[in-house]
Amino acid sequence: MNIHEYQAKALLKSYGAPVAEGVAIMKAEEAEATAKSLPGPLYVVKSQIHAGGRGKGKFKELSPEAKGGVRLAKSVDEVVANVKDMLGNTLVTAQTGEAGKQVNRLYIEDGADIARELYCSLLVDRSVGRVAFVVSTEGGMDIEAVAHDTPEKIHTIAIDPQAGVTADDVAKISEALELTGTAAEDAKSLFPILYKAFNEKDMSLLEINPLIVMENGHLRVLDAKVSFDGNALFRHDDVRALRDETEEDAKEIEASKWDLAYVALDGNIGCMVNGAGLAMATMDIIKLYGKEPANFCDVGGGASKEKVAAAFKIITADPRVEGILVNIFGGIMKCDVIAEGVVAAVKEVGLKVPLVVRLEGTNVELGKKILNESGLAITAADDLDDAAKKIVAAING
Amino acid sequence: MSILVNKDTKVLVQGLTGKTGTFHTEQALAYYGTQMVGGIHPKKGGETWTGSKGESLPIFATVAEGKEKTGADATVIYVPPAGAADAIIEAIDAEIPFITCITEGIPVMDMVRVKAKLDKSNSRLLGPNCPGILTPEECKIGIMPGSIFRKGSVGIVSRSGTLTYEAVFQTSNEGLGQTTAVGIGGDPVKGTEFIDVLEMFLADEATTSIIMIGEIGGSAEEDAAQFLIDEAKKGRKKPMAGFIAGRTAPKGRTMGHAGAVVSGGKGDAESKIAAMEAAGIKVSPSPARLGTTLVEVLKG
Repeated sequence: MNIHEYQAKALLKSYGAPVAEGVAIMKAEEAEATAKSLPGPLYVVKSQIHAGGRGKGKFKELSPEAKGGVRLAKSVDEVVANVKDMLGNTLVTAQTGEAGKQVNRLYIEDGADIARELYCSLLVDRSVGRVAFVVSTEGGMDIEAVAHDTPEKIHTIAIDPQAGVTADDVAKISEALELTGTAAEDAKSLFPILYKAFNEKDMSLLEINPLIVMENGHLRVLDAKVSFDGNALFRHDDVRALRDETEEDAKEIEASKWDLAYVALDGNIGCMVNGAGLAMATMDIIKLYGKEPANFCDVGGGASKEKVAAAFKIITADPRVEGILVNIFGGIMKCDVIAEGVVAAVKEVGLKVPLVVRLEGTNVELGKKILNESGLAITAADDLDDAAKKIVAAING
Repeated sequence: MSILVNKDTKVLVQGLTGKTGTFHTEQALAYYGTQMVGGIHPKKGGETWTGSKGESLPIFATVAEGKEKTGADATVIYVPPAGAADAIIEAIDAEIPFITCITEGIPVMDMVRVKAKLDKSNSRLLGPNCPGILTPEECKIGIMPGSIFRKGSVGIVSRSGTLTYEAVFQTSNEGLGQTTAVGIGGDPVKGTEFIDVLEMFLADEATTSIIMIGEIGGSAEEDAAQFLIDEAKKGRKKPMAGFIAGRTAPKGRTMGHAGAVVSGGKGDAESKIAAMEAAGIKVSPSPARLGTTLVEVLKG
């Protein structure tokens, strides 16, 4: 689960991290009073959407020469003008896709005099099974490009979970970031704070890009991106409260209510599968035969008939779906339960597009019997290859 | 021969009394008499578990007690996500040599805690978020459907549960059969990696060929490929076929498995396929052709 920058900063601030003063607004009328409440004379107005590349992004409704999704303002009047220009418009960045995202929230922040821009993130380094700091002196830019072009400028420092962030770890991080004097002093509290927040809130990513050294020598978190481990949300009511459903796909929200893994994609074949690996393989094989999946819905292991029916309905609710492929290899999942769920859903919502079903594994004979006796127009497939060929052929007519 | 489990393996079930634990324990008992020797439940120690066909197993309050009274050398965990990490740690503390955790959805930070403990122990953990392990006609730990297996010569290792079944099914249909199939699981932090299993398959005489199924995310497949190249230089090499799921997955999206995400320009399918091909693995473009691809490799 992702949250907005202003929420991430408030969270880090509550742990004692140095963050600029700022206020998030949802109405243009609030701009003037908000700006006046900040120290000034430099302000930053930042679009709050769940996507990166905001600074270089462009608003669809504005002229191509208009400034991007993050703007500097040198007076209260400039803040107000920029807020009016940005709020409610659609920001297109390298990460939003062509459709862009509507900017419903702006964050107005006190400006800073920047001496150096650094990169700092925390994530779980799966190769060692530990939380690691990934740092670079090359902050404020696309870190993937830095990793690609100058990998030697990226340093990874993994933390022993039993010891936590030690003085030795802080020294290594500070050395990698070339921190000295006041900044090196700030580092002694900042890095343990970030690690503590990451651990206690079950984050999956905490990215500060840039972390800045200001003209006065102090460190400050200038931007913050935080993602949380979806599997740990059950123990964080405060984190769940930060969810902004307008940033998510409506069908993904509906699927999550049923505990289904649903991923919306760009093609026109709806896929119901069990297991993430089989889901990806099903996508791959559809593409191998020249078509693209519209989505996939993973019913997982122990789904009930009702859950299968819900999954089927979510898939068919997508207007782009021109055909449906059900691909199940039952281990925990029993094929007869899948068959019953599909039949129940079709009886309720009808079937307007071709449906190809491939069943294998536990209770497969029973499942096939239920489908055959349902009287529905279902095309049976023998294996994964056959299933993909048949659904692609059905769509091509 | 086989790896990790065989007809002598004695298995305790943590989470036996739940619906999932009960169903799969019944299935395991029915699979060539896999030695399921007891269940663990902190509040039901001393009671007896009864399956739907009248099967019964003793329940112990702790893993340590169960191990002492049954001589168990393995456990399988069906405990729900919130308590699963503690269940693994209890098994590590009881010095169980082989722990399999089926549970999906364990918080990553819990697994970081488990991993720290595991690294300092002599236990091996398989999973979590995995289908388990099966040695045909001997021992079934976990949720793999026993009916698709056939005793034979192929070692199978996979990050995906359902794709493990595909590989098993196809090698059975080709008449090759399996020595052991191992699902290492789809989570980013886990107990057993490809390299661990490949090492065992290379050492196992009955395993004469191997199928390895990876997916996007992380660098375990690249690490495994390098391991195979290094071993081949020492003269240890077996014919291999493989598959990588997620070739067409959009970048930056987590594809169902928590570990299946291409990020930071790493973990994409193409670099994994290239690394595996460089290690002499024939990578099938289609998951439906794993069996036939291996047969082609074996024909030379």
